[in-house]
Parts: sequence; structure tokens; C-alpha cells
Amino acid sequence: MAPKAEILVCGGTSCYSSGGPDIYKNLIEELKRKELEEKVKLTQTGCFGFCEKGPVVVIYCEKEPNGIFYCQVKPEDSERILKEHIINGEIIDDLLYEDPETGAKIPGHEDMGFYKYQQRIALKNCGLIQPYKIKEYIARDGYRALGEALSHMTSKEVIEIVKTSKIRGRGGGGFPTGLKWELTAKAKGSPKYVICNADEGDPGAFMDRSILEGDPHSVIEGLAIAAYAIGAEQGYVYVRAEYPLAVERLEQAIKDARELNLLGEDIFETGFKFDLEIRVGAGAFVCGEETALMQSVQGERGDPRFKPPYPANKGLWGQPTVINNVETLANIPGIILNGGEWFSHIGTEESTGTKVFALAGDIHNTGLIEVPMGTTLREVVFELGGGIPNKKEFKAAQTGGPSGGCIPKEHLDILMDYDSLIEVGSMMGSGGLIIMDEDTCMVDVARFYLDFTQDEACGKCTPGRVGTKRLLEMLNKIVEGEAEPNILEKLEALSNQVKKSSLCGLGQSAPNPILSTLQYFRDEYEAHVFEKRCPAGVCEALLDYVIDEEKCKACGLCAEKCPAATIEGDKEEGYTINSEACKSCGICEEECPFEAITKG
Amino acid sequence: MLVTVTIDGQEVEVSEGTTILDAADMLDIDIPTLCYLKELNEPGACRVCLVDVEGDANFQPACVYEVTDGLKVRTNTPQVIEARKRVIELLLSDHPFECLTCVANQNCELQSVAKQYGIRDLEFGGERNKFPVDDLSPSLVREPSKCILCRRCISVCAEIQEVHIYDVIERGFGSVAAPAYNESLMDTPCITCGQCIMVCPTGALHGQDDTQKVWDALADESKHVVIQTAPAIRVTIGEMFGLEIGSLVTGQLVAALKRLGFDKVFDDCFGADVVVMEEGHELMERLESGKDLPQFTSCCPGWVKFCESFYPSMLDNLSSCKSPQQVFGALAKSYYAEQAGIDPEDIFCVSTMPCVAKKYESQRPEMDSSGHRDVDAVLTTRELGEMIKQIGLDIKKLPEEDYDEPMGYASGAGVIFGSTGGVMEAALRTVYERITGERLEDFELKSVRGRDFKEAEIDLKDGRSLKVAVARGTGNARRLIHRIMNGEAEYDFIEVMACPAGGCVGGGGQPIYSGRDKWLRMVEDRAHRAKGLFEEDGQKEYRVAHENPFVKKLYDNYLGDPHGERSQELLHTSYVDRQLYTHEERYSDKKGEPMKVAKKNH
Repeated sequence: MAPKAEILVCGGTSCYSSGGPDIYKNLIEELKRKELEEKVKLTQTGCFGFCEKGPVVVIYCEKEPNGIFYCQVKPEDSERILKEHIINGEIIDDLLYEDPETGAKIPGHEDMGFYKYQQRIALKNCGLIQPYKIKEYIARDGYRALGEALSHMTSKEVIEIVKTSKIRGRGGGGFPTGLKWELTAKAKGSPKYVICNADEGDPGAFMDRSILEGDPHSVIEGLAIAAYAIGAEQGYVYVRAEYPLAVERLEQAIKDARELNLLGEDIFETGFKFDLEIRVGAGAFVCGEETALMQSVQGERGDPRFKPPYPANKGLWGQPTVINNVETLANIPGIILNGGEWFSHIGTEESTGTKVFALAGDIHNTGLIEVPMGTTLREVVFELGGGIPNKKEFKAAQTGGPSGGCIPKEHLDILMDYDSLIEVGSMMGSGGLIIMDEDTCMVDVARFYLDFTQDEACGKCTPGRVGTKRLLEMLNKIVEGEAEPNILEKLEALSNQVKKSSLCGLGQSAPNPILSTLQYFRDEYEAHVFEKRCPAGVCEALLDYVIDEEKCKACGLCAEKCPAATIEGDKEEGYTINSEACKSCGICEEECPFEAITKG
Repeated sequence: MLVTVTIDGQEVEVSEGTTILDAADMLDIDIPTLCYLKELNEPGACRVCLVDVEGDANFQPACVYEVTDGLKVRTNTPQVIEARKRVIELLLSDHPFECLTCVANQNCELQSVAKQYGIRDLEFGGERNKFPVDDLSPSLVREPSKCILCRRCISVCAEIQEVHIYDVIERGFGSVAAPAYNESLMDTPCITCGQCIMVCPTGALHGQDDTQKVWDALADESKHVVIQTAPAIRVTIGEMFGLEIGSLVTGQLVAALKRLGFDKVFDDCFGADVVVMEEGHELMERLESGKDLPQFTSCCPGWVKFCESFYPSMLDNLSSCKSPQQVFGALAKSYYAEQAGIDPEDIFCVSTMPCVAKKYESQRPEMDSSGHRDVDAVLTTRELGEMIKQIGLDIKKLPEEDYDEPMGYASGAGVIFGSTGGVMEAALRTVYERITGERLEDFELKSVRGRDFKEAEIDLKDGRSLKVAVARGTGNARRLIHRIMNGEAEYDFIEVMACPAGGCVGGGGQPIYSGRDKWLRMVEDRAHRAKGLFEEDGQKEYRVAHENPFVKKLYDNYLGDPHGERSQELLHTSYVDRQLYTHEERYSDKKGEPMKVAKKNH
């Protein structure tokens, strides 16, 4: 006799693309076949965050084993899960998470380093509820905050609570949200608008996507509260087209909210009126910049404009507008329900609450984490992230995406909050966190980001359009080994110029990856420029061909074939390549029958 | 509210909302600009006007930064100068170094600012954009490699003309101001008005150069080369020789043209007088029949193309009369040829116009009613000025000479064609007199809805009255048409000139001035230039077209009645309901034929 149980299958994009839907489908069929449909509830949730180990399946059961977290589940595991776990009450060992350090199998997520240190406010429903079911959201206090605000608070009181919470914008700049609302509420002009900025564009960042996919109603509720606070009746969610699942779930959520009159006329019978529309972006990174975003919502080319006037005074169609990021809005219902004080006690003095990070790069546990502000980088990397794979050394952490910088080893104990990150030359940004090990070339990292920003620049201002291109060209020269000796001074000078003279945030922050790597890893740049050497062994053009003595059989074929006659030695002593004279044509590598010649 | 601002240590009181640029100007501190055009284009994009605002970590653009009380600004620190230099250097690093052969040489805002800031080499050189030249349009040439993304062309075309040809396409380093899908201007609804040329700070947009065609004709002894001068040329060409804006130099112009070697120098105003006769009679006929009213003027080819492209339902309302240029051309190769006993085949008809749209107009396929291409080459004021300079003449120092007969004498009516409202007034002088038997005195147009357009009502003294309106700039024309379509207004006769700054006196072929206030100056200039035209009107012995003895002779000896059979054949035309974008059409028609490729791309 099988016990009552609920099986949660992760429906986030990452698990979705690695077989999630098939697992879900197979489970439905198996449940039918085993006649367990009555007893076992199957739920497709939003993102669990632990994308590295996806697809994730979690089972809650009235009897033990309860709360078991299965990783990297395959569609064909569906039958086993029901038979072994549900019917026989046995944990399936080989689907459990294995601690990368100790090798121990960990059945419950609360014991896993990745989850143990997290505090989930913005992500509280992600991985728990069915995003498609508004009632599941309501069951977890959903729309209660909106009800409270509309029925028992003035808009001023709502703004006061948000100000007390000291929450700052999660999109990058870290502007105090309460103040933004207050300024917009006071601004002259009607109508006013609220916009949710879901144009998440930093490479590797997917905080907003996961929230929209896993808990879309929290964003809708946050927007409705913001609208009430500033006196808006119309809102927009600007989502990038690359997030089809998020758009789909949001559309459904808006429809459901309208049906329950949580959007529309006379919400909670208070006379408050508010509705939402989705605007899908066409893939331009710069549209995450608020003035560009508004242009795009208006149907124009997404070019940023000079501020002031700020959106609070002149935003969408010239009207006072609040633009908040997805994560900021997802925090709002909790703040209204639990009070500003509650929120302000989480995190640090000036950076309250939690922050969601997309942990990626050279780290065991990649995925989405939410930790209190002020958690140290070391904790994130080694406790939550499980450390660096392959016994490699931690080299740097990149925060803030293309606008951010690289934090070196000596700052591992830095508190992850807005101001500390800026102090070390980086920034919070939207929460991208890329860990890099010793095999990473920092010049190449800077080059990667500049390649991104110069391509994504809108082309409006001269420093953003031409300056970023020239920076990239200089970095290309450095990694190609073609840089002139004074290039680092030039690079620094132009970086500072672009930073200080660009029109919008994209241009002003585009040189940050260069400036921070120059600050902490100047020796690496110098090795590239003066010694034409890439210490991390990444930059192709700077690598030398070497003969692996162990593999070499001293056949002499390479010396014979080398068109530049740069391979010296004999069949007795073995051969060496004169790297000074070598033209890097690669013929020796091709000819060697023993694969003894490689670039290194 | 007045606020006090400190700029470079000097205090100045300005009203709140003044830009740093304007506040500095009050202290006689000049801050350079490139993209900025006051009241037309203020994107804050080029960053040449950077200044240091106390308390701001970043430099700020003076052109769009509005001052607040107590603001402290430094415009003269070495850091600010360096920042500006770097911006200019970056612009130059993506600019072709073709200054010596560039149309904008010595009249280029980028060149001037580079000189002002002493840019001698480029520290940050690199890849340059190489965009193909688009010279398929008979009127305009686009050299996008010279575009500095100032967006002035976008603004003037969208905000003033409301034609919306340009926007920025692509992004990042590859972005450029261009028509949709980077089509050739020829395949867009570009009305060829050339206002984008007037505001372009570099040589990225300019007119087609037809001077060589004219030199070749002058060199060809078998050709009898005649030239007609548009009304608006006589008040602007002097500016190219350092004369004050609006100086009237009709006689000197004639002298210069004779010395250039034209066999006959005629006045396009004669053509304008004929247009008055034709268009006036057409209007009287329409007033009789009540059909196809209001009648729109049709002498502006930019407006005609605008109407064909955007309001084809209004085509029957356009006067079927050709423009003075084409009327003149058709008469030159028929009436004049017959009178002078010259084979029209041997006549090369040149016109000099304040306009680049006239180049397009002369090449419209239907403009051959004389049996030949009615007008062979069109020179703008700028091109003609250059030709005069090339033969070493200074218009200031030339004696006054008279136009040749029989197509050189014009009434005052023909002369005022060059100013906005002039065509209307010229036609009304004749129509009014024909209907009432009295002179039209004190004709005055009153502004309607701000500056959008003007209107007037004239009592015809027979119980009828004539309601007329004048719009300059196609944006204003659009609003006027919409009022008519919505039934908010009713008119009998409407004059439209495509060029916003006073019609032809502010045409796309007129002298170009550099500078951030050039847009406002163009508006002021036109008043001076129009004054010049009305001055000549006042000096004329005959001020109404139908009293012009040469016009009378033309009708008596050659054409017969105005709007009669011969006139309709020679001097009237028809219009085309145009596709907006024609690229596919053009290539599908000519499948298998080699594509026409811009000359400069070879």
C-alpha cells in the first residue's frame, strides 16, 4: 500500500532542456499504470536553483523516506522512482547528491551546502509551487500583501514600509526602491506607469528568468503594490524574447489574476484599478537600461537617453514611471506582510535583505542561490558552491556581468553587498557571479566582456560606439601578441575616458572589466605585452609548441618536416623546439605520430 | 524662475531649465557641439560638449544638461579639454580621411572642431566602417562612411518633414543613420527635399553634382545652351560671395551666367508667370464646376512626390500644371526653338534652382512633352556658385546685366514664387482680377494653429469668397490634409512648399552654413531672403502675370488660351500613385539586367 506523496519535478528552463518534460510525462504514465494517481500528486515547479545537478526531482511523503532530493534524473528513471521510492519506501542511492569533497550521499536538500546557507525570500516559492496554478501561490500567502495594502494602508504607508525595509534595486544600480516610489508618487503628471524590467541580459545570469518561470505571481503582486503606491493604473512587464517559458507562464499568470479580479477594475473591492501588459524585447542588451527600455516599450528603437529627467519625472510616454527589476518586485509582498523592519534586519546595514546570485563558472555547484546580503564571497564559493573542481586554485570571481569587475583571491572575504563590491572595483549588478580558476586568463576575460559590450552598444554616443570598439581592438592586440609597449597606458586612459564620458550606464561601466583586471592582474597583462606570454596558457597566439619528452620517441620526423628548421636535436638526445624561431605553423604537431607535440 | 550658475568662476543668472551650453554662451564661453541643433536635434550623443559639473564623477554634456541653482561648472580644465579631444579623436578614427575631395571640405563641422582642438594624430586608431555610397537618387547622395551619428537628418526628416526616411540601423560600431533596411534613397518614399543635406554636419549627405554635365554642354559647340534662373537664386547666391543674407543680385547673376558662356540667360520667373496663367485658369474652372477642390499647387516637386507617396487619394486635387522649371523647359524646346529657328535637338536646357528635388523632377519620365528631355541639367545655388568661382569671378564685382528675350522678362508675380505664400499670391492676383475686375490689394495670410499653416479668405465680390491656405514643410502639409480629410477645414486653393524654412528660399540646394544654431538661422535667413524677393516684386513694372507682355505674346502667338489644348499638351502633366518602397519592384522588372550600382562603389 503506497503512502500519500507529492513528487516535484523541476520545470525551470535548465531542467526543462535536459529532459524535464519527459520525466514529467513518464511519471504521469507510470502513475496511471501503477494506479497511484489518487495518492501521488505530481507537480511541475519552477526552478530549484541547482541547475548543475538537474533535472531535479524532489519527493515529499507522509512516511519516510521524506524530502528526498534526486539529481540528474533521466526520463527512464521514472519507473524506478515510483517502484523503489514510493511503493517500496527505499531511497534510490545513485540519484542522490554526492558531496564533492567527502563523497557522502546526501538525501535531503537542507543538508546540502548549496541549500543549507540560503535564505529564500525572492525565491521562496520557486521549486515549491506550480507556477501555472494561482491557487498554489495564494495558498502560500499570495496576494495577501496586496490585499493588506489596498484595504488597510494608504499609498504613503506602503511607501513608508518599503523605505523602512531599505531595499535597494536588484537590477544593478542599487537605488533605494522606496525613494524611487516616493519620487514617482510625488511627481506631477497623470497617468503614471509601473514597469517591470525583465530584460535580463548579463551573460550567465538567470535570476529573473527563474523567478518569472517559478513564481510569476510574486512579480505581478509586487507590480500591483508599486502601482498602488505611486498611483498608476497600467503596468508593463518588459521580458526578453529569449525567455519563452517565462513569457508563457507570465501570460497565464496575468490571465489567472484577471479572472480572480486581482488585476483589472475594483481590485479587492477597494476601487483600485490596475492592469498589466507584456512587452517582449527583441534581444538587445542595452534595453535593460531603463531609458532604452522605455523607448522599446513605446515601440521605438531601444536607445538610451540623457538623464535627467529621470523616469520618476519623465518616463514612459513622458509620464512619471517606476521601473523595478523582477527580483526587487518579488521581494515586495514579503516586505509588506512582514514589515520593513523585518527585512532591514536581514543582510547588512546599507544592503538589506537577500540577493539572488547565478553561480557559474569553475565551481562544483552551479545554479541559483539566494543568500543574505553580506555573505562573504568565500562562503559562497566554498560552502554553497562546493569549491573549485579538479583541485584547482580559486583565481577570481566576476560579479556584475559586463558592467562589473573581477575580485581576486585576496578579497575572498569581502562581504557581498552593494558598497563593498564597489569598493573593490566591481559591482553587484543583477547578480551574475562567475567563478574562475587558475587556468583563466584575465586579459581574455576582459576581452570577452568588451567583445560583448561593444557589440551590444546601441551606437548612440561616441565613447560607447567607437570607444568600446577601440578598447576591444587593443585587447585583441594584447592577446594576439601584437601590442606595442605603451598599450597598457593607452588602454587605461581610454577606459577611464569611456567611463567618464559615455551617455548611459552601458558605456560608463563597459570598461570596468578592464580596469579591475588591470588593477589586480596587471602582471598578467605585462606578461602578454612584454614577454608575449600568456601565464594561464589560454591565449592561442602566445602559446609555444613544446615536445613532451615522455611521449617523444625521438623519431626525428618533426625536425625533418619543420619548414623553418627550428627543431633541433638528434635521435640519441631527443628534440627540442626553438620557440624564438618557431613560426607556430603547426606542421610538427600534425606530423608527430605519437602526439608528443602540443601547444602549451 | 531665475537661478545663479557659476561657470569657470563667473556667475550668471539664467532662467531655470537653461542648458549649460546656453548659460555659458551668455558669458561668451563657447562650448563645441556636433550633434546638437537647437530646438531640432538634442540627443546629447556626440559628447563633444563635455563639461565638468561639480559633484559629478562623470563629465556631462553641456547641450542637454539643464542648470539648477548654485550649479558650478568648469568648461576649461585640462581634463575637460582632453576629454573633448579624445571624443573628437574617436570620431575621426572612424571617419574616412577624404577631406580634400569631400563636398564638405572647409564647410564641415567635424573638420572645424578637429582643427579647433588641434588634433594632429590619432592615438586610438583602428577599424573604420566602410559603407557603400548610395548615389542612385537623382537628387541626393549618401556617403554613410562619413556619418557621425548626429541624428540631425533623422530629426529633420521625422519631426519637421514627417517623412521618416532615416533612422539608426544596426548597433554598436556598425550603427549608421540610414533608410529602412539600408535601401537606396531611390527606393524609399524620400521626397528629395534635401533638408537632410542642409543639417548634415559632414559630407555624409549631399546633393548630386551635375556641374560636369553643364561644363560638357558649354564645351560642345553644336549645343545651344540656355539657362533659367529660379526666383530664389537671386537672393541667395550672393551669400556664397560674402554678401549679406538675402542680398538681391539679379543683374550680377545674369552677368555671371553670360560670362560662363550660356547662349541665352532666361528667367524661370517667366515660367512662373505662365504657371500663374495656367494654374489660375485651372482654379477658375474648378471653382465653376465645383470639382476637385481644393486645388493644390504643384510647383514643388518634393510636395508632389509627398502627395503621390502618402496621399494618392488627393492626386486629382493637385493642379495638373507643371512647375515653372518644367513649363520653362517645355517652352524652351518648342516655343523658343521655333522663334529662334533652332532645332530643339540642339538646345541644352539648364536650370539653376535652390533645390535638389528639381533634379529628380527634371528626370521624371513624363517630363518630355517637347519631344525631348525638357530640362537637361539642374544646378543648385551651391553648384552654380562654385562654377562662377571656378572662372574667377566675384559676383559682388560684376555689373548688372539684363535677361535675354523672349523668356527673360517676368512680372513681380513670377518673382515671389520663391517665397512661401508667393505662388498663392501670384495666382490670386490674376484670378482675383479676372473675376472681380479689380486689383488684389493688401493680401495677407493669417497664421492658423500656431505655425502649422496660414490661411486667408478673399471676397470675390459676387457673393462668393475664396478660402486659401499655405503650408510650408510637409509635416505641416500632413496636418493640413488631415484637417481637410476630417472635415475640420474647407479650402478652395492651397499652396504647399516642401521646405519648412520659407519655401524655396530655404531650399535643399541653398548655401549651407555650419553651426549649432543653423536650424534657427535658416528660419531667420528665409525672412531676409523673402524680403529680397518682395523687393524685386516692388520694383517690377508689371506685378501681375497676365500683364507680362512676353506672356501675352506667348499666348497670342503660340499657346492660344490658357489651359487650352496646346497648353494642356505641353504644360500639364499627370501624377503617379507611388509605392513607398520600390526595391523589389525595381529589380523584378529588370530581371537579368545588370543592377545599377552606385558610381562611387567602383
